[in-house]
Amino acid sequence: MIRRSLTLFAGLFVLILVMGWAMGLPFTSSRLVEATAYALIALGLNIQWGYGGLFNFGIMGFLMLGGFAVTFISYPVNPQFWGSDGPWMLGRALIAFGAGALLVYGARNSDKIGIRGGWKTFVTVLAWFVGYCVYRSQIDPAAAYIEANAGFVGGLGGHPVLGWLFGGVLAAGVAFIVGKIALGLRTDYLAIATIGISEIIRALIKNMDWLTRGTLTVSPIPWPTPLPQAYQASGSDQFSSLLLARGGFLLLALLVLGIALWLISRAYAGPWGRMMRSIRDNHIAAASMGKNVTARQLEIFVFGSVLMGIGGAMLVSFTQIFDPSSYQPINHTFLIWVMIIVGGAGNNWGAVFGAVLIWLVWVVSEPLARVIFDFASNWSTNFGWGAIPEIESRSAQMRVFVLGLVITIALRYAPKGLLPEVVRRDA
Amino acid sequence: MTELVFFINQVVISGAVLGCIYALGAVGITLIFGILRFAHFAHSELMTSGAFFAFMLAALFASWGIVTPIPLGFVVLPLAMVMSAIFALGIDKGFYAPLRKRGAKPVILLIASIGVTLMVQGLIRLFFGAGSYSFFENETKDIFRIDLAFLGSTRPLVITEPQLLMIIVTVVSVLALHFFLTRSRLGKAMRAMADNPDLAQVSGINTALVVRVTWIVAGALACMAGTMLALDVTLKPDLAFNIIIPIFAAAIVGGLGQAYGAIAGGLLIGFAESLAVFNWTMVLRPLNAVLPEFAQLPATLSLVPTEYKLTVAFVILVVVLLVRPTGIFKGASS
Amino acid sequence: MALLELKHVVAGYGGAPILNGVNMAIDQSDIGVIVGPNGAGKSTTLKAIFGLLKVTGGTVEFLGESIANSLPDKLVPKGLSFVPQEKNVFTSMTVEENLEMGAFTRRDDFSETMQWVYEMFPVLAEKRRQPTGELSGGQRQMVAMGRALMSKPKLLMLDEPSAGLSPRYVIEIFETIVRVNQEGVGVLMVEQNARQALAFASKGFVLAQGQNRFTGTGAELIADPEVAKSFLGG
Repeated sequence: MIRRSLTLFAGLFVLILVMGWAMGLPFTSSRLVEATAYALIALGLNIQWGYGGLFNFGIMGFLMLGGFAVTFISYPVNPQFWGSDGPWMLGRALIAFGAGALLVYGARNSDKIGIRGGWKTFVTVLAWFVGYCVYRSQIDPAAAYIEANAGFVGGLGGHPVLGWLFGGVLAAGVAFIVGKIALGLRTDYLAIATIGISEIIRALIKNMDWLTRGTLTVSPIPWPTPLPQAYQASGSDQFSSLLLARGGFLLLALLVLGIALWLISRAYAGPWGRMMRSIRDNHIAAASMGKNVTARQLEIFVFGSVLMGIGGAMLVSFTQIFDPSSYQPINHTFLIWVMIIVGGAGNNWGAVFGAVLIWLVWVVSEPLARVIFDFASNWSTNFGWGAIPEIESRSAQMRVFVLGLVITIALRYAPKGLLPEVVRRDA
Repeated sequence: MTELVFFINQVVISGAVLGCIYALGAVGITLIFGILRFAHFAHSELMTSGAFFAFMLAALFASWGIVTPIPLGFVVLPLAMVMSAIFALGIDKGFYAPLRKRGAKPVILLIASIGVTLMVQGLIRLFFGAGSYSFFENETKDIFRIDLAFLGSTRPLVITEPQLLMIIVTVVSVLALHFFLTRSRLGKAMRAMADNPDLAQVSGINTALVVRVTWIVAGALACMAGTMLALDVTLKPDLAFNIIIPIFAAAIVGGLGQAYGAIAGGLLIGFAESLAVFNWTMVLRPLNAVLPEFAQLPATLSLVPTEYKLTVAFVILVVVLLVRPTGIFKGASS
Repeated sequence: MALLELKHVVAGYGGAPILNGVNMAIDQSDIGVIVGPNGAGKSTTLKAIFGLLKVTGGTVEFLGESIANSLPDKLVPKGLSFVPQEKNVFTSMTVEENLEMGAFTRRDDFSETMQWVYEMFPVLAEKRRQPTGELSGGQRQMVAMGRALMSKPKLLMLDEPSAGLSPRYVIEIFETIVRVNQEGVGVLMVEQNARQALAFASKGFVLAQGQNRFTGTGAELIADPEVAKSFLGG
């Protein structure tokens, strides 16, 4: 097993070297930073699916939350907003939200003052409706005002690493709510529920222009480590400053990944991990032995989502732009699943390996598909069949097909992944 | 009266059209779930590919100079449904049947169906690019405007020919499905297998045949839903991928495994979506005459802004799951 | 030639075999009853005959033809049918639909058979349009038997038909089984109410640890002091 891991990681290292040689170091170093972020995200999914057997098809939503969080924390303060009526109007909206929440809370407890049965349901529905209307009556003008006068709320000008942490916290909060609602349900429902949540998060972030600038995108978002420009200013040439800056970011990202891996491995090797495995493998037996299955599952769902939030924040930090419309389920949910399935669910090193491998293959496949298509197009032209039209978009779509093929083939021929879970025999 | 007609145009007709499409899609999902016990995520791609089959056939017919009184999309629909049914059978044989044979858990089949989704979507985009197509490039989309002046409405009732045909076709197919499930030998066998797969096997029911029939019915209905959606709006590669959430919501709300529940759920979600984004100011505008200056109605007054339409289905889903986890009609318990 | 003949059958769920050489022979005129302690392989024997688990050794012959590891959709048309112990009706379907499902493998007109079943169980004729889920336990057992009879079997196999029924229904079910047998259907059943069932059995098999311990007519087994002591509770 260990030999197999070492061989695979050595192969991966060779692949990275070849890539660095063929595509250039700046390109490769960028991809490695992204791969590290994806490894963190894949670890999050590995906790949820590999350890807990929980379905999460809403990874995209958690990545967006992380991206939003780091944008909000680290983007410079927008004085136009703070100098306008915006904060006051938002405050009113917040009060309206609180009032609405209080109303709903009151209605849900209306049985204490003798409202029961159908009437209680009616009062609850009415409270929801009134609360919603009150909130909308405040937030709509506030949003319109901010968009018209200040563009958007702007950031807080904090350190990006704080933003990463906030991304984790935000993802944890949402995961807690989702988990509370959906974890008691059967797996299929959880899959649909998480997809739904991520689509709602996307719709919100995309359309709340006052908060996120929506499709107008926010950039440039600062780095936690010195930018290439800083190195250039201190006298390095363009090439080496690019490498130095990206190397710095990579080190920070690797540090975060390392900490996460260390913490998870420790927890998983201990009694907590044993309990998790027993719940995954037979949750009825575990429940009958007095384990609080739902609470443990909620824990695991939240932990996994935290890593996703942090990873999503890292990605946005690195690319320096937050563009809500660039998020797609294919790139930000299903790709992660492929990483886990190929790497090996339940094995942290498998998740990391799968993440790096699949991400590199995914980015390389774009130019590669282009080359293949150009070749095929030349070939068909020579045969008199004419060139392939719209090569660019078609070759990009070919990757989606291959992604699907990899999922189905892996499930069929290597259902445990390249680095399968090590089955521990607990004494 | 004008306001009522406007309401009918905006909510009743568009809700019914949307509801029909959701219902047809959800029936397939619910049947597959009942028989094979997994959530078939790739159903959206059966719908989209079905629409593309119909589109290619229509283009072929048009190139032969065939002109029909009703839109070509409806004429070629039976043929396209056959193609979709075969396509669905092929997908099952190629990707799901081997996993079932190995005894894989339903969750694994769900993940495999995501793989299939990506493959089919990749193939569609490979052949048709990312652009959108219309069934009405060479034909005109007839629009019926029923003048209701005699009822005192200044606005006509508007329904397009595809919409009208769509509602008729859906009603007919739902009836056909009902008779299939309650009167035919294979339909009853399908219900039996959904009810108790082990006993169905013990009774000598050819379960492999029932599985095939399920894919045929689900594929054909998916093709119908996809084609009708493409006829109502436009045909694009992510046609049905974007509405898979409301369709699943419809199937779950109706109770997974319950064919009638799926139809009810589809209509419920279709109407709810149209109602949620309906702009009430258009109906309530006469009130502005009696309302004081400060309480005038805003230009748009809808429960949910249009850009959040997608959330409606999901909110209904969550509420139903919290209040009645097995769906409105009692769904499969396992 | 016996209708059904088992010789040295070895079968199990993949791990260690549960049946270790079971021998049995049943004619169409017989009522065979399998008794024995829990875990002796009584139900397993029926399931092995019906292809629901893997037969790894020995022979299973029906009408002189090997049927080991054939699946139910091949066995039912040959004249074999099986009533499982639990979940043996389609609860969401009406009584009549349940019966129709029993006749799934038949492509001829089965209305006569259905009439025959309704004559045997008059109460089902009254409730033919009711969902089976609404019926009582005893009535469900009748539906289950009726369903199995719809294929006009030569041999009807029943897994603990009296399980969970009140004593009144137990007698009724046993009477029906005898009547079915008189109409020319061989019966092979597993029973917990061993003494009661052996009383009308023409063949009795006592299984223990996956093997035949005693074989004889029902009366012989009841009379055998050793059987009575170890397996019939004194």
